[in-house]
Amino acid sequence: MSLAIQTVSTVQPDSPILQRWQDQIRTARAEEKTLVITGAGSKSFYGLPIEGEALDTRDYRGIIDYEPTELVMTARCGTPLSEIEATLAASGQMLAFEPPRFGGTPTIGGVVAAGLSGPRRMAAGAVRDFVLGVRLMTGTGDLMRFGGQVMKNVAGYDVSRMLTGSLGCFGVVAEVSLKVVPTLHQETTLQFDVTEREALANLNRWAGQPLPISGSLWLDGKLSVRLSGAEPAVAAARRKLGGEALVDNSVAEALWAGVRDQSHSFFAEDSSALIRLSLPDTSAPIPRSEQQLIEWGGAQRWYRADVSQLQQFCDLATNAGGHATLFRAPKGHRTSKAFTPLSKPLLRIHRALKQSFDPAGVFNRGRMYPEF
Amino acid sequence: MSVHCDHQDEVVPRQSNYAGLIAELRRNLPILSILDQMEDVKPYECDGLSAYRQVPRAVILPRTESDLKRVLEACRQHRVPVVVRGAGTGLSGGAMPHAEGVVVSLARFMQILEIDPQARTARVQPGVRNLALSEAAAPHNLYYAPDPSSQIACTLGGNVAENSGGVHCLKYGLTVHNVLSARALVLSEDGIDEVTFGSASPDAPGLDLLAALNGSEGMLAVVTEILVKLTPKPEIAQVVMASFDSVVTAADAVAAIIAAGIIPAGLEMMDKQAIAAVEPFARAGYDTDAAAILLCESDGTSEEVAHEIARITEVLRNAGVRQIRTSQNEAERLLFWAGRKAAFPAVGRITPDYLCMDGTIPRKRLGEMLGAISEMEKKYSLRCANVFHAGDGNLHPLIMFDANDPDETTRALAFGAEILELSVALGGTITGEHGVGIEKLAQMCVQFSPEELSAFSAVKYAFDPQGLLNPGKVIPTAARCREYKQTGTGHRHDCHAHNHEVTA
Repeated sequence: MSLAIQTVSTVQPDSPILQRWQDQIRTARAEEKTLVITGAGSKSFYGLPIEGEALDTRDYRGIIDYEPTELVMTARCGTPLSEIEATLAASGQMLAFEPPRFGGTPTIGGVVAAGLSGPRRMAAGAVRDFVLGVRLMTGTGDLMRFGGQVMKNVAGYDVSRMLTGSLGCFGVVAEVSLKVVPTLHQETTLQFDVTEREALANLNRWAGQPLPISGSLWLDGKLSVRLSGAEPAVAAARRKLGGEALVDNSVAEALWAGVRDQSHSFFAEDSSALIRLSLPDTSAPIPRSEQQLIEWGGAQRWYRADVSQLQQFCDLATNAGGHATLFRAPKGHRTSKAFTPLSKPLLRIHRALKQSFDPAGVFNRGRMYPEF
Repeated sequence: MSVHCDHQDEVVPRQSNYAGLIAELRRNLPILSILDQMEDVKPYECDGLSAYRQVPRAVILPRTESDLKRVLEACRQHRVPVVVRGAGTGLSGGAMPHAEGVVVSLARFMQILEIDPQARTARVQPGVRNLALSEAAAPHNLYYAPDPSSQIACTLGGNVAENSGGVHCLKYGLTVHNVLSARALVLSEDGIDEVTFGSASPDAPGLDLLAALNGSEGMLAVVTEILVKLTPKPEIAQVVMASFDSVVTAADAVAAIIAAGIIPAGLEMMDKQAIAAVEPFARAGYDTDAAAILLCESDGTSEEVAHEIARITEVLRNAGVRQIRTSQNEAERLLFWAGRKAAFPAVGRITPDYLCMDGTIPRKRLGEMLGAISEMEKKYSLRCANVFHAGDGNLHPLIMFDANDPDETTRALAFGAEILELSVALGGTITGEHGVGIEKLAQMCVQFSPEELSAFSAVKYAFDPQGLLNPGKVIPTAARCREYKQTGTGHRHDCHAHNHEVTA
């Protein structure tokens, strides 16, 4: 069972662009068509392939409100991430979750809809941890606000966080308010020659101590650890951890950008699938022989494997208390399964929510799961 | 100060069969504790907001998860509303019973199931007290970061229901940032489903329903087990106490600290009335001639803290500070905090009753808000002390009044409603951490449009299709909103407000 959201269709959006979206959505609904919400397309490979008329969000752009001392920025969904990051940097601030750019120029709406975070995720939190509020256009073309522009807000259910990472299946995030943080003053990368098992043991041990670790990466017997923070904290941690410091800052920056944006050669698109395992960070090494890259203190593990192995990876991840995703299908392969299936009761709740927020199934039908 | 009143917005579910429920439970679960005598259920009539009272039909105290599941299944079949309760320390009436329903207390689910020092996690039952968890984690040099003022008594299940904050959430986050997963029972149309929301891994497939569960005020699911993140204990902490000649200067000093790129572990402010109430009570050494004081805490390694305290001191000196003192040892740090932590009981000592508001506003609007509150003090002829989580803009005005004086009570309620409406008008929210519960139902109509309220109902019914979990809370009916907009009063009844036992 689900409850229809009572709409008041007489409320006009305050922008001609939103008006256009509303018309497009209501027309699609009446004609029983589906829409594909598109931004810059930097993550079009992610999720299941879908078809439909494009609802282009890019021209609804611009920062609406940014007050550095409030630690909050509000922007329209089409605003390029690059513009947001440059504006924040000018005030010595940043998005703590380091959203991946995948070599493109993603929009902030796409960042929120995909819900993907970069190397700093374990230290700082994920996208959802920084979403304070959204303005959402639902499948009936209604504009709604959830959350707000303040850090503490428990009025009503936290719909804005709930929809972060929902791949546009429940509505168009027209505007978003994000908590931002000060840029950390000092950054150093340390490297260690260790096996997978040693790397995981070290990362778990260090995570239990008050150390300013802001990123980790293990590949081919080399563990890289990034420290960020106040100068004395970074210096003290460096003494404590040992290893070899990457002296050249630009090399270190390129290394972390390489995993954040997947421009590192490990991620290059080819005939193998890119499989992502999200695991408890203390999970034992996964008994697979495929090439592996470990991030997030052991909690995010990437594999280059034949796509036929996906189910095996799903089972291994599930047994370890996590889940697997077919993050990027091999070149030319059309997949029908990207995410670990939901349990029956969870699927029921998802369907009911879809039925309420997008009763005609206008948006991104089947992008996340074939069932909605 | 006991007033029984009809203030819930939900009608009793059709075909609700209370007698059938109790008969069935007595028959099938003879060892189950069911309280249904007036003297036994009376203590459950309210939570920390004692103004709103309602005696339940019965209180059920299951001991095991399988009993809990059977109780919920019976409630589902007999269509009897269920209000799940933790320690009952909530401040918005969220745990107030339903007139035709039962209270299911999770007080007996108080086991810490596992502390995993390597994974820095704890698996707990919902009735575990917040502070008990930090105490249990202490031998591993870990603690549970969210620390609501009620942390001695409040339970983690209740923390999840309210998305509780505390004085350290600017740096360490709210409950939603510290809960990794929750196992819960969901009342579907076909039975009771056991569902895990979130994961021990950093994310879970599908929608982030765990985010919706946090702060859902017991209306979506019954949490049976919670996996939380534990945080490594900082080596040391130090607090700076600074006083100011005006609240605006103090608020500007807060902005200057943030602008300098510092995120303090705690950043609290009190105004003159609060200081005057607190100092004779706590003897924390506050500057009683000041218009406002700030407490600014730094934590981390000793090098980090020394560095940060030096920077904070420099910023404050340039921001027009009157007096500045830095704690020299742990005892002094706790003393400086003791005043802030005793603010509510201290105010309770100088007034028969007080109403505690909980709006959040953009910090830059604080001067405006406090100016307006001081005008309202004249307008309503009532005093108001202000305690402020300055780092995140969450303001707790404490409106002082005498609940035995009906006229004062009416004025206090109108005073509170005006503050909440102003919070919304200034770009903020009616509740930062105490929840909507029953108390702020009317003001929800100010903050949200009818469509948005209808979306909240849709979320509730997606989880709880029969509307049995804590019905009548959080989401106001259209009728209440119409009435509020016409008469300007959301309190359709003449219930009294908080008494001084309320702490948080």
